[in-house]
Amino acid sequence: MSDRVKIGITINGAPHEGEAPARMLLVDYIRDVVGLKGTRYGCDTSNCGSCTIVMDGKSAKSCTFLAVQAHGRELTTIEGLAEGSELHPLQAAFQEAHALQCGFCTSGMVMSAHALLSQNSDPSPDEIREGIIGNLCRCTGYVPVIEAVQLAARRLDPKGGNP
Amino acid sequence: MYPAAFDYTVAESLDHAIDLLQRSGEGAKLLSGGQSLVPLLKLRLVQPAHVIDIGRLPGLSDVLEDEAAGILRIGALATHAQMGVSSVVRDKLALMTEAAGVIGDAQVRGWGTLGGALAEADPAGDWGPVVQALEGRVECTGPAGVRVVDAASFFVDAYTTVLADDEVITEVRVPLPPPGSAGAYLKMERRAGDFAVASVAVQLELDGAGSCTKAGVALGAAGLTPIKVLAAEETLAGQEVTPDVVDAAAGQVVEAANPLADVRGSSDYKRAVCGALFRKAVDIALRRHRGEDVRGGHVR
Ligand SMILES: Cc1cc2nc3c(=O)[nH]c(=O)nc-3n(C[C@H](O)[C@H](O)[C@H](O)COP(=O)(O)OP(=O)(O)OC[C@H]3O[C@@H](n4cnc5c(N)ncnc54)[C@H](O)[C@@H]3O)c2cc1C
Ligand code: FES
Ligand code: FES
Repeated sequence: MSDRVKIGITINGAPHEGEAPARMLLVDYIRDVVGLKGTRYGCDTSNCGSCTIVMDGKSAKSCTFLAVQAHGRELTTIEGLAEGSELHPLQAAFQEAHALQCGFCTSGMVMSAHALLSQNSDPSPDEIREGIIGNLCRCTGYVPVIEAVQLAARRLDPKGGNP
Repeated sequence: MYPAAFDYTVAESLDHAIDLLQRSGEGAKLLSGGQSLVPLLKLRLVQPAHVIDIGRLPGLSDVLEDEAAGILRIGALATHAQMGVSSVVRDKLALMTEAAGVIGDAQVRGWGTLGGALAEADPAGDWGPVVQALEGRVECTGPAGVRVVDAASFFVDAYTTVLADDEVITEVRVPLPPPGSAGAYLKMERRAGDFAVASVAVQLELDGAGSCTKAGVALGAAGLTPIKVLAAEETLAGQEVTPDVVDAAAGQVVEAANPLADVRGSSDYKRAVCGALFRKAVDIALRRHRGEDVRGGHVR
């Protein structure tokens, strides 16, 4: 029993060992201890989704987890998608479809889309809408985001049913 | 905001969790998915001295059909998402699939648990009315062993249940409905991902001629706790479900609803929503009984 806890995670494929107060939130651990600032801190009230990461294959709002809840788990943040300077197909599709303006929601939006596509490689527009309900965007009106996810889905899984 | 400081322990087993609860008394809080607890810790609305993490206890997240006992056994740690994709749930208890699909958003559904949601007892929670309409029972395990509580008497007040400080919800048991049964769960939302303005769960047992032999009706966000509308259940049972019968039962639903006015609407408005959702839920259940493929879930 302690208020400081050991945390061992795999983040973007690399192991990371650390320690944190039990009350530290996962978003702060990722940004300030691991040092990856791509995960955004928006509302701090579990509503906006800008802090979304993928944990053990499922999307998660990192402001709504204690860092210690991630212990032993595999995390992917926005930094884990690109291969060197080559954008991940989702990132490229967001750029091409103009699915971002200010960009504040984008890392969370892309991570939600990433989790969605790992569970459903060929989502319908309605399934995409449902998949990003937890991610607010004040700029794009969502339509280009849905187009971007469809575009990425086609490229990632050309055999999918979408024309 | 940062939660206030607390001690944190990962429970190694159910017994360990109960032992820790017993030793910490009122100052302890269980943590399952954290999708209600972490926001409350951050707002410092709860400031436990000790957080006991049961989120990864093995054997508490299975969804199993127990045909011998005629029940579906749902482990307390089953997530909303798991309920949403379970084929036995979809085949036998469509309203549970519907409830699973309308809770919050994908991020919440992937981690929030059935046990956590029932223990939280949010007046606008979606599982309470569903489990009540299905005559589900909640298995609570404590130092003295297991007791099983009817969902109808599980909720005491807003955010308050019959659970003792040293008890853990371990399972939810839902009777498997007989063939010919049909139900629906409808939740009215102001916007995507929000808690309900009001919600209605309906489950009907119907005979070959389409007469109702037994009915389950419960309301969410219509009072401080979920409300099982016994009067409407009695009105429907033993009857052909004619428009007159539905009218009478809808009147009883509106009468039973006792919603507080808040940002989601006045109490009169919410009462009217309960009546309208009830009629629609009965209609969907009857059409499903006839084999139609009808959508329930969100009403926006
Ligand atoms: C953005 C957002 C939107 C949401 N929208 C909805 C919605 O539309 N409808 C809805 O119903 N819910 C909604 N929720 C709540 C969500 O369903 C939670 O997942 C659920 O209420 C709690 O489950 P949990 O496993 O996360 O519990 P936790 O947060 O871990 O725990 C909640 C409470 O229950 C206690 N507890 C946990 N597990 C047990 C157990 N097994 N036995 C005894 N006590 C236990 C804890 O001590 C705590 O007091 C929303 C949450 C968020 C963050
Ligand atoms: S910062 Fe986590 S949901 Fe907004
Ligand atoms: S691009 Fe500005 S909030 Fe989404």
